[in-house]
Amino acid sequence: MASIPRSRPAPPSIKLSLSDPVVRAIVFQVLVVGGVALLVWYLVSNTMANMEARKIASGFGFLNREAGFAISEHSIDYSPADSYFRALVVGVLNTLIVAILGIILATILGTIIGIGRLAKNWLISQICSVYIEVMRNLPLALQLVFWYYAVILENLPSAREAHNPLPGVFVSSRGIMVPVPANDPTYGWMLIACLIGIVGTVLLSRWAKARQAATGQQFPMLRAAAGLILGLPLLAWLAGGAPTVLDWPELRGFNFQGGGTLTPEFAALLIGLVTYTAAFVAEIVRSGILAVSHGQTEASSALGLKRGLTLRLVILPQALRVIIPPMISQYLNITKNSSLAVLIGYPDLVSIANTTLNQTGQAIEGIGIIMMVYLTVSLSIAAFGNWYNKRIALTER
Amino acid sequence: MSDAAATLKSLPQSGGFNNSPLAQWVKANLFPNWWSTVITLVLTYFILKFLFGALSWSLFNAVWSIEGTDTEVCRELKGIGACWALIAEKHRFILFGTYPFQEHWRPALLIVVFLVLYGLSTVRALWNYWLGVVWAAGLLSIGILMWGGVFGLRFVEQERWGGLPITLMLATFGIALAFPLGILLALGRRSDMPAIKAICVAYIELIRGVPLISLLFMASVMLPLFLPEGLTIDKLLRAQIAIILFAAAYLAEVVRGGLQAIPKGQYEAADALGLSYWKKTGFIVLPQALKIVIPPLVNTFIGLFKDTSLVLIIGIYDLLNAAKTSTIEPKWQGFSIEAYVFVSIIYFVFCFAMSKYSQKIEAELSHTHKH
Repeated sequence: MASIPRSRPAPPSIKLSLSDPVVRAIVFQVLVVGGVALLVWYLVSNTMANMEARKIASGFGFLNREAGFAISEHSIDYSPADSYFRALVVGVLNTLIVAILGIILATILGTIIGIGRLAKNWLISQICSVYIEVMRNLPLALQLVFWYYAVILENLPSAREAHNPLPGVFVSSRGIMVPVPANDPTYGWMLIACLIGIVGTVLLSRWAKARQAATGQQFPMLRAAAGLILGLPLLAWLAGGAPTVLDWPELRGFNFQGGGTLTPEFAALLIGLVTYTAAFVAEIVRSGILAVSHGQTEASSALGLKRGLTLRLVILPQALRVIIPPMISQYLNITKNSSLAVLIGYPDLVSIANTTLNQTGQAIEGIGIIMMVYLTVSLSIAAFGNWYNKRIALTER
Repeated sequence: MSDAAATLKSLPQSGGFNNSPLAQWVKANLFPNWWSTVITLVLTYFILKFLFGALSWSLFNAVWSIEGTDTEVCRELKGIGACWALIAEKHRFILFGTYPFQEHWRPALLIVVFLVLYGLSTVRALWNYWLGVVWAAGLLSIGILMWGGVFGLRFVEQERWGGLPITLMLATFGIALAFPLGILLALGRRSDMPAIKAICVAYIELIRGVPLISLLFMASVMLPLFLPEGLTIDKLLRAQIAIILFAAAYLAEVVRGGLQAIPKGQYEAADALGLSYWKKTGFIVLPQALKIVIPPLVNTFIGLFKDTSLVLIIGIYDLLNAAKTSTIEPKWQGFSIEAYVFVSIIYFVFCFAMSKYSQKIEAELSHTHKH
């Protein structure tokens, strides 16, 4: 402890001795840092020698070369003639799509199961707890290959004999086909209207809060928010001529044409990630709800708050304080676990980077890119989480 | 109307089934009011339907063996009855991989040795110096069993190892070696020395920020480049190194949680007694800190046990990969469900046992804390 010597009267002359904790700390740190530096230097020099011996190129020049491989799913235009860089961007986007959808769906499903676990009805709580135990105690990799190989590829019918649970929805080993609205510029305007609505809601809620703090008058925020976020896109839709044309999937030959497609790979990855993570989310939600003592509910009803207000103003803010930190680490887990896509052939960042490093032989750069992207995403989710957590944290005197 | 009925029902009745504790429990937990009753009835219907379907698939309509090499019987019943004949024929492959058939008793014995070691480790009365000796002896015997080459045992090269022993070895050695490293990292992160702290924080955050897969890729493609020419490490050991480095970062954060939970007075008291840093840590702080974090530690172990299944990505034949490979043969194609259900049961038994154990310890600890 560095604090001990400081509390003593300073010795008249500086004596360097190993029995002085400060000196010892400095010597120890120099030794450890030196050791780590030596290890890194050793590994780097070995790597340089090996790369020279094996004639492996280095640097990121390969990023501009033609990739030459096809990617089955891409949200931006991509063809094999595009560069490795563009291929990797496609991979990053695919990872983000599956991670964001997974986070949203796992939160919803997990919250339902977590509340169900606390239900008074014994059957509901038992079903929820069996679900949680089964999902938590089986490896995600096993669940993913199970969904992909055993369920979708081997046991769903071929496209010709697809299940048709709803009109226009087809479930087959080629994936899940759904009707989607046909392309129309109005949808772009609706998206912009929705964004304007969200921004407007944020500004309005700030103003409403300030007004309530100043005058005590309440503003019907919920209705106003609904009007802004849902109403504005609706207006845009009406203004655009209310397009209702849908693009229906149709069986042509051996596969479906048109409509929207959830490929088997994407469906398996999303189902696997969501059902697995939901079990963890459920436990977090349950412990968060249990952490708010019953006295809080009683006190707020004694104050005359209605049930909805009790939940919104008393229970939720306190439960969220317990829920948010572990929830953020689950969101990080979903993002990192989406890399298991490589097991079932969904073209996420890892599988595209893997193809890239196999083709170019530049393993260090390939793995470096994977790590940098995941680190960036992880650290930004963690930073956002910490910011949010700080905002809602208990302000103690 | 319904109120009147409820009042009637709640009237005390003389004896009989309605007043037995069971009946009261059923009423309170299954049929407390009309909508809960509806939910109970609907759920019961679906549960019974599901159970009947599951039982008829897995037992009543299942095919337990086939004659010769013809799997036509199974194909006719696909979706109606399980083809357990696959497990009957392939269970040795799934459990032991390509280990020489005559020597299968060795990996089987290894599994028993592991189970005994795990079993002994759960008894808190045995947590002392001797347990360490038993573990060392156990791990030594495991090495002898798998490799052979001594005591008249045939030598078996590592490429032929597979199945459950691989999973158990990766998990056990992963935990055993990551644990001390994790403790050091946690201590380093709590250290007053800025350089040590910076190194530990950077390591922990870097490892926790990237997926295990990227570390496994790194171990499989980059590690050979890191080593001087002529020195090679085989694939299994490389995966093991990646798992140890990965697990250490997570264990470090768990241990740090325990270190933070120790009251400052304990540190100060140890300082006042004039104990050195390592004595203070080893005799005062760590024993208390580790005791607090046993439940989250076991949860980390469960996570690590499940994560060993990722080695299939770099082509190691662990339990999951063996199950996946068992249906590659054309005649068994299309029966993955059976193979995956089989290994699911194995994974579940191990993980469920660990989680029950952690709950038990948690209950015991919260009990002792109250006194």
